[in-house]
Amino acid sequence: MLATLIRLLGDFDLAEEALQDAFAAAVEQWPIEGTPSNPRAWLISTGRFKAIDRLRRRRREVHEEIELPVETPEDPHDVVDDRLRLIFTCCHPSLNPDAQVGMTLREVCGLTTEQVAAAFLTTAPTLAQRIVRAKAKIRDARIPYEVPSRADLPERLATVLHVIYLVFNQGYLARPDLAVEAIRLGRLLVELLPEPEAIGLLALMLLHDARRATRTTPAGELIPLEEQDRTKWNRAQIKEGVELVEQVFAARRVGPYQLQGAIAAVHAEAPSSDKTDWSEIVGLYDVLLRIDPSPVIELNRAAAIAMRDGPEHGLALIDMILTRGDLLHYSLAHAARADLLRRLGRKADATAAYRRTLELSVEEPARLFIERRLRELA
Amino acid sequence: MRYLCLIYEDEKWWEKATPADMEKGMADYTAFTDSIKQKGNYIGGEALQPTKTATSVRVRNGKVSTTDGPYVETKEQLGGYYLIKANDLNEAVQVASRIPGAQHGTVEVRPVMEFEQP
Repeated sequence: MLATLIRLLGDFDLAEEALQDAFAAAVEQWPIEGTPSNPRAWLISTGRFKAIDRLRRRRREVHEEIELPVETPEDPHDVVDDRLRLIFTCCHPSLNPDAQVGMTLREVCGLTTEQVAAAFLTTAPTLAQRIVRAKAKIRDARIPYEVPSRADLPERLATVLHVIYLVFNQGYLARPDLAVEAIRLGRLLVELLPEPEAIGLLALMLLHDARRATRTTPAGELIPLEEQDRTKWNRAQIKEGVELVEQVFAARRVGPYQLQGAIAAVHAEAPSSDKTDWSEIVGLYDVLLRIDPSPVIELNRAAAIAMRDGPEHGLALIDMILTRGDLLHYSLAHAARADLLRRLGRKADATAAYRRTLELSVEEPARLFIERRLRELA
Repeated sequence: MRYLCLIYEDEKWWEKATPADMEKGMADYTAFTDSIKQKGNYIGGEALQPTKTATSVRVRNGKVSTTDGPYVETKEQLGGYYLIKANDLNEAVQVASRIPGAQHGTVEVRPVMEFEQP
């Protein structure tokens, strides 16, 4: 409803106020007059009239001409489009990245500014200010409230997917509620716009999230993939994720999220780390590196090579990345290196690499895990 | 709605350009200008002489002071602009992305402040 009111009124704040006014009116009128046959339409139409009242009052206060929104009849197709428009507008690449995330969680998911601020370790006033600025920019620079054209879609969709994945990753270890919210957003997007990469991202999130219960000990220590109790993985969610990957690969418009989803699917279907098809995983990383090269993907590929060909082969690749000067301050690179040194029995080198990892910023579950490894090596 | 597209480029590129590069650069701009004139986006636009010809003027306490050169040293300098007409920011960005300077420099797109007529 908010999405529709924003389109009808062309103003985020006015739409939010109007919807509140409409709900207030419903609380007063429905118990007396009965619930209308189409409550949604009633709320939107009431909201629209309340907004016009507000504009008229404002006009009287400032003695200025204000353009009143024109009457547009509601088309059921517009309802779907409105939600999509709202997502694309909140994730417009010309807005501040924090505001993109903040606005999406607020306007699309209905989280409060306080909830979003807490999840992203910022203060509510700071975030609120970024959102106010973003809304002002939407109005002043005239960012249109529309689904992008075919030509612009790949780039614009990439921003939307990035925002959703950011929300998911923020929730991955510490905030399951955010992971759930990201999956909900992913589902909504796929429902509205079944593009291969959107489906790929949804599959990726479902497959990662299926392992949630087994990723940490009750004490909050990280459990590596090979030690996780695979009987406790969420099989229904894995089934859905795997089916999505298979369905989307058939479309033959492969992209980075689909490939990462496929890699997650291979892991999810393997009965154990030893019985994982590491050749398949290396092959998927090879394709991923070709279409979306990055040192982090190289690192993940090196870890898969280590599983397929032996730790020394993976170690050589990681050392090559680090010698080149990439990922020097990326804790996971040092953690992966430490793990391979440990497997090779090079205890002193492994200890040094784990220590180096702890000097960098690591999440609490990973820190507890590395401290356990250090005790085992001592 | 009107938008000003400010073109920031490394002006040394033009200094170092061969006559052939220069000719190609000019032809690209002419073609672009013609295309936005045809589409009705064009209002105006100019190329500027290099920053070494620039003078900064300030008035403090009623006293005019003029200094040589641009206000700050940057890697890219304002080299020209287009004033365009567009329905919204998306259309403006589409136009800006076709400015030849966007290929190696940066185009800043700013909506024009519209004041009400008295």
